[in-house]
Amino acid sequence: MAEITMTQALNLAIDEAMAEDDGVFCLGEDVAAKQGGGVFKITSGLTEKYGENRIRATPISETAIIGAAVGAALAGQRPIAEIMLMNFVGVCMDQIVNHAAKLRFMSGGQTPCPIVIRTTTGVGVGFGGQHSDMLEAWFAHVAGIHVVTPSNAADARGLMRSAIDANDPVIFIENILCYGLTSEDPGPGYRVPLGKAAIAKEGSDLSLITYGRTVLDALEVAGELEKEGISVEVVDLRTIAPYDEETVLASVNKTGRALTLHEAVRPFGVGAEIAANIQEKCWDKLKSPVRRIGGTFSAVPFASHLEQAWIPQKSDIAAQIKASVGKA
Amino acid sequence: MAEIANEIDRDKLLDIYTRTMKVNRTDEKFRALLMQGKVAVMYYCVRGQELVSAAAMAALDDDDYVVCTYRGQGEQTAKGIPIEKWWGECLGKATGTCKGKGGTMHITDPDTGIMVTTGVVGSGIPIANGLAMASQNSGDGKVTLVSFGDGAANIGGFHEAMNMAQLYKLPVVFLCQNNRYGEHTAYADHTDSPDISSRAAGYGMKSAKVDGNDVNAVYPAMEEAVAHARSGKGPVLVEAMCYRMMGHFFGSDFSYMPEEHLAEMAAEDPLPKLRKVMLERQFTEEELDKIVADIDREIDGAVQHALDAPLPDTDEIYKDVLEETA
Repeated sequence: MAEITMTQALNLAIDEAMAEDDGVFCLGEDVAAKQGGGVFKITSGLTEKYGENRIRATPISETAIIGAAVGAALAGQRPIAEIMLMNFVGVCMDQIVNHAAKLRFMSGGQTPCPIVIRTTTGVGVGFGGQHSDMLEAWFAHVAGIHVVTPSNAADARGLMRSAIDANDPVIFIENILCYGLTSEDPGPGYRVPLGKAAIAKEGSDLSLITYGRTVLDALEVAGELEKEGISVEVVDLRTIAPYDEETVLASVNKTGRALTLHEAVRPFGVGAEIAANIQEKCWDKLKSPVRRIGGTFSAVPFASHLEQAWIPQKSDIAAQIKASVGKA
Repeated sequence: MAEIANEIDRDKLLDIYTRTMKVNRTDEKFRALLMQGKVAVMYYCVRGQELVSAAAMAALDDDDYVVCTYRGQGEQTAKGIPIEKWWGECLGKATGTCKGKGGTMHITDPDTGIMVTTGVVGSGIPIANGLAMASQNSGDGKVTLVSFGDGAANIGGFHEAMNMAQLYKLPVVFLCQNNRYGEHTAYADHTDSPDISSRAAGYGMKSAKVDGNDVNAVYPAMEEAVAHARSGKGPVLVEAMCYRMMGHFFGSDFSYMPEEHLAEMAAEDPLPKLRKVMLERQFTEEELDKIVADIDREIDGAVQHALDAPLPDTDEIYKDVLEETA
């Protein structure tokens, strides 16, 4: 099997969904062939195959983009809307939170809203405070939305197909630094179910629960600690909300220790919710307090050394694990 | 104000009258129930705007899409929503269009094309584009009409949606019911634009400004706008001048409306004007009264049905969150 990058994986998943269903279409800024197939090339080559109605390059109008996606979904289509960078969701939160997320419930089930909102972000490329944030907790806090993020190319392909299949809104977060990651191509039709975590590495001393780019950091640190006799289990959530509670709790019940890790800031984050749930449901099995690591509670800085200092450090991940297992 | 192109067909006129009175009698009944304390819910009165809604809905086909606002009773009942289900929803009953989970501000009935009723001022406008985009993609020939007030024309989404609709030539009719107030703020205190319709020119869009209290002005304008949108030539912004003859919501104070405004409003009331037109077109008092009596009887039955209907089960709060919980 050939290797594919995450960029190719996403493009392939969208391409095959569009080929199978005329109701699937993309809209967003710069997505069509005239504009180069998207700033990150995810929709490259699709205009030529499906035409400009189904690869709609939009004005810079996030509210109009998501509003149009909501309306088209109500009419039975499956729009894939791109919000170029995650911070721009601030422009269109009303359409996502008050409309996309709630229309199924408020209509008593009559108007489900099957839209995929693709969005890119990530700390570490020098984009500064308004182009880098991980804002998944904003959406995880709203009933009626799936929040998804892949940590590798194969999952990107499988999660995107499942996101397009889903009959509810999905926030699909892509990390800029992960686009170039390669996996063996899982092939056409491959799906990773929403709401299912993966055990990225098995272990017995501590469950390190994370998602997206920080899965890479987690695996690296876990590999290092293995040499010191500490066995870390890495849980890749893949779907952040609603998350795979069963897999998370089973892992913690096995290891007796847990650390949550994400690039998003720590206060009121996804890690806090998971940690609280673990304390409630695994109390009898816990050997030490659940710990949390997240980005620094400030805006993402520009200067490279500041930005690197802002991100959760691998040394801190290792230190927290050692403290938890009593080997600090 | 638009010229009268052609006299409205007599059957169509009767249709508009019937729809108008449905809206009006529903509004009167709702206010009576609230006054009597028989129901206690949020209700946004449509007194004064009945004709605009009726004319707009009469210009659409049955399967066309409508997006409206919390003040959407006019569009909903004039489009033909089943009224037992409508009253059920307004009273928060299990028999409602949305099983009592949406309420007066979120009436939804896809079977009659009532796709979204939003409680957020202006938010329906971008959504209408999406319904129209689906029609453009699939070629189903439907038109989407979105109704909103003058206050909504100042929100960012209005401008984003106008620009996008014209860019793609979407089959949408933007109906601004200019009722002279955005909540408690008078038109002149929320914008310095002479009118809303002239903003269309900024997007290269066709527009019309009409007297929403005159059936011979408002219906032909709506008919033309719908035909234009359906033909593929693009969207139209119609500004129908009307009055909101009550407060923002039922029971809210409207002492902020000046005396002159109240007098002007009373003189322009669309209902006596419509009745005059009907009589001029040789409909009899008896015919017109019978239509109203029939509507009242139907409403009374629907209200009683809703009052007697069961409450939704409490486990409904867990349902319809995601497909898995449907």
